Amino acid sequence: MNNTELELLKIIADMDGKPEGAFNIRANGGLADRQVTENIDIKTKTDKPGIDIIIKPGTKNEKVHIPVIISETGLSDTVYNDFFVGDGADVEIVAGCGIHNCGSEESRHDGIHSFYVGKNARVRYIEKHFGEGDGNGERNMNPTTIVNIAEGGYMEMETTQIRGIDSTNRVTLAKLDKSATLIIKEKLMTHGCQHAQTDFTVDLDGENSSANVISRSVAKDNSSQTFLSKINGNNICSGHTECDAIIMDNAHVSAIPEITANHIDASLIHEAAIGKIAGEQLIKLMTLGLSESEAEEQIVNGFLK
Amino acid sequence: MLSLRNLSFSAENESGEKEILKNINLDIEDGFSVITGPNGGGKSTLAKIITGIIKPSSGSILLDGEDITGLSITERAKKGISLAFQQPVRFKGITVHDLISLAAGKSISVTEACDYLSEVGLCARDYINREVNASLSGGELKRIEIATVLARSTKVSVFDEPEAGIDLWSFNNLIKVFEKMHGKSGGSIIIISHQERILNIADKIIVISDGSIKATGKKQDILPELLGKTDIGCEKLTCEAENQ
Repeated sequence: MNNTELELLKIIADMDGKPEGAFNIRANGGLADRQVTENIDIKTKTDKPGIDIIIKPGTKNEKVHIPVIISETGLSDTVYNDFFVGDGADVEIVAGCGIHNCGSEESRHDGIHSFYVGKNARVRYIEKHFGEGDGNGERNMNPTTIVNIAEGGYMEMETTQIRGIDSTNRVTLAKLDKSATLIIKEKLMTHGCQHAQTDFTVDLDGENSSANVISRSVAKDNSSQTFLSKINGNNICSGHTECDAIIMDNAHVSAIPEITANHIDASLIHEAAIGKIAGEQLIKLMTLGLSESEAEEQIVNGFLK
Repeated sequence: MLSLRNLSFSAENESGEKEILKNINLDIEDGFSVITGPNGGGKSTLAKIITGIIKPSSGSILLDGEDITGLSITERAKKGISLAFQQPVRFKGITVHDLISLAAGKSISVTEACDYLSEVGLCARDYINREVNASLSGGELKRIEIATVLARSTKVSVFDEPEAGIDLWSFNNLIKVFEKMHGKSGGSIIIISHQERILNIADKIIVISDGSIKATGKKQDILPELLGKTDIGCEKLTCEAENQ
């Protein structure tokens, strides 16, 4: 891999050289490197592009890195990755996609990730998306995340779109069994003429299942964002969805939370707030010696931290 | 020294233009200056004019002889003017450590940040990584706000009603903070307050009522009259014991 690709790996997956534990690096539509461990196996799919990540039951404190990088202009890469997390496992999965496009054609990555989280298993999933390059070809990413959590399972997703993605349609579909928990923390920034759509659908099917979907976003320049979040309470359950957005310049933001209770003991809450940076916040930081633009940057960075 | 010369400020309201500050002339030397007077008299407006948050309708502001009237908030901050807001501002995502580092103008260690928090009576380690947001109480936010001014250590520090929302223990502590601050920075500490105990540590007291300076002078000259009479243009101060 060249320096640009290595730099992308650092940004999207905090990888500086080979990480410890299992990993699979996909570069420009092909396998660049892979490592498996005693407890975590990674197999190439034979029917379609992608991999199966198989984590043995009871695996504890292990990490899996599965970054994707694209540095060729005009490349459209679709990949299907399935994660089988065994009962009682406790692991961290670091994904992420970086595109460096210096050409005039669209570079695109569509990643379809399916998670099968076993009984009482715990997963922390970290996903970062980033685009760069001085070409006028678009950098587009469309991640689809399908989550199935078995009884007592727990999954925490931290998904971040750092910058540089022209168009993204981020779909997450989740089904939770008895006493399963899903926490989603999304951070998103759009600028220029970019568009981002986020679409969460969570089915709380199991008794005492719970979900908390939190999105913080910043829309700058002429960019636009749409936040859709649906939580369906189909049993005794609790669900909360929250969208908090800072709007700047000529941007547009829509937040459309939807909660549906199909059970008398479903407890569901939605919150959405969109607004510009409060003048008093800028003034406070300016009284500390920051310029207006520095104050704005601090507020945005803090909001998305 | 901070000097205000022929300073006036008017603002539009429903009934037309109202003069909030009228021809203020004032010299604020190094040491404690406490600005007091009835609510709505123009004290907080004066603090905002000193820090550049609002521009005066007329008049000028001099810092050590330099005219800073036309300077922005940022430029005045860099010249050495700080403000602790009456209503502290909340930030989603910015931690207490971040805010104190920003105030200090450099990245400071957790230990250094904790020192500033301890000075204002906060058990520092419990707060350092918390966001400066609605999860903190009004009193906690107020003390963090004061800590930001301590971290700046500037030549002119303005505190707008620092006692508001602070419990008795912290209030006692606050007096010590101001005394220590004065000894450390040697600059001007301007406190807007109604509190007798704060007035008691003043070198100079300025009474503002209805947009004008009604009295100014040394504590020993102003305080007895302020506490006992009403003939300097404002109501008798409420006793501290009644307030707390």
